[in-house]
Amino acid sequence: MTTFEGYVRADGKAGTRNYVLIIPSVGCSQGAAQAIARGIKGAVFIPNTLGCGQIGEDRAIVKRTLTGFGTHPNVFSVLIVGNGCEQLSADELGRAIASTGKHVEVILIQDMGTRKAVSLGRRIVREMCADAAKLMRKPIPVSELILGTECGGSDYTSGLASNPAVGVASDLLVADGGTVILSETPELIGAEHLVARRAITPETAQQILKAVAWWERQSFMAGQNIREGNPSPGNIAGGLTTLEEKSLGCIYKGGSGPLEEVVSYASRPTRKGLVYMDTPAHDIEQLTGMVAGGSQIVVFTTGRGTPIGSPIVPVIKITANSNTYRTMRDNMDMDVSSILLGNEKIREAGKRIFQEIISVASGKPVKAEKLGNRDFCIFTMNINI
Amino acid sequence: MRYKAIVINGKDNVATALTPLASGTRIAVEIQGRDESILLYSDIPTGHKFALQNMAEGDLVIKYGEPIGQCTTKISRGEYVHIHNVTSRPKEGEI
Repeated sequence: MTTFEGYVRADGKAGTRNYVLIIPSVGCSQGAAQAIARGIKGAVFIPNTLGCGQIGEDRAIVKRTLTGFGTHPNVFSVLIVGNGCEQLSADELGRAIASTGKHVEVILIQDMGTRKAVSLGRRIVREMCADAAKLMRKPIPVSELILGTECGGSDYTSGLASNPAVGVASDLLVADGGTVILSETPELIGAEHLVARRAITPETAQQILKAVAWWERQSFMAGQNIREGNPSPGNIAGGLTTLEEKSLGCIYKGGSGPLEEVVSYASRPTRKGLVYMDTPAHDIEQLTGMVAGGSQIVVFTTGRGTPIGSPIVPVIKITANSNTYRTMRDNMDMDVSSILLGNEKIREAGKRIFQEIISVASGKPVKAEKLGNRDFCIFTMNINI
Repeated sequence: MRYKAIVINGKDNVATALTPLASGTRIAVEIQGRDESILLYSDIPTGHKFALQNMAEGDLVIKYGEPIGQCTTKISRGEYVHIHNVTSRPKEGEI
């Protein structure tokens, strides 16, 4: 059984990091949350701008996402900073997070003003961080890991090398009993029937087709037909023959296993193996959704390069474009261009990625963490009132 | 450069060129862990595909272990595979 060195939480979940998280329950308290976190080692805040003005399903998504971050296994304890009159109240959020056995404190700016809230908040967070520092890493089976997979800033190297190599790593994790999240539904268009065919039940297959139909309808209403003119003349000149081929180049990073389950944005998978999360292709909204869904580690393939990171989860950047690796050395974690140079097999590169996943899960910092890139953006469907 | 073309999945019946390949040359590719030599019948630009086996009209073209399209004509082992001889497959229920 392959293991990594991680943190065991009260609810039995396993963390790859050990943060004290400061959550502004509404955009109004984001400044205070940032001021509280500043300079305290082990404390991070999420730059949340929502929590007030979302209606219907959006309100539920915001609550689910913030709760997903608060209850996340990479989080030791939580301070919620509210303003006081917001629709998603700090107390409501606090109760949802505390249900997992985590220590949660709530402060409201309307009770004391920003200066007092910041100084009280810093005192609470310092104590939490001192407690967090006492927790030690322990060997944990990799079956406890939920690997998020993502691609962005793609080029021809993504579909040919980095995504297939990540696909091998995904298959290795699933073989070891772990979970892999595949997402970004707009990128599924053209190959959705192939993914649906891998679903373990007809209902799960239907959910995939329904998710694709929703995104296609939304794009169509906004005046865009994604299928039309795709693959583009540029894609065809580059060697892509059909839309199936183009989409599979993206999807293949989830590996080749059966599709166990489809979950909505920011929801926790209930099954192990390959799980699909219905998210946008927008890089930061997608990443935020997978992290809120419990993913403790993310692999992110890129051709052109990307700097993004998550506040609480390590994001491993992998490129098969050697120029990008050279130019963006401070952003890129792994170079798999050896595949395209004919010097390394996809399978060997995939094993390397799997080893890196275990090292990073066990504490090895990634470039985005060293740079302090902590991006956060919640996906919503409707207008904010 | 040990391999000048890549086969992504063991089930694939096409390989992708990693460098411009010339008609009439023999190219080593790895298929399910075994090295095979394919004689090319066409020039293949970088990033484009050639057939690993003979295919008949209507046969599925497999890449990433999945069907990416259907042959619109007979395609021989070593022949260029692209939009001139492959088309997107109608989804189940559409025909």
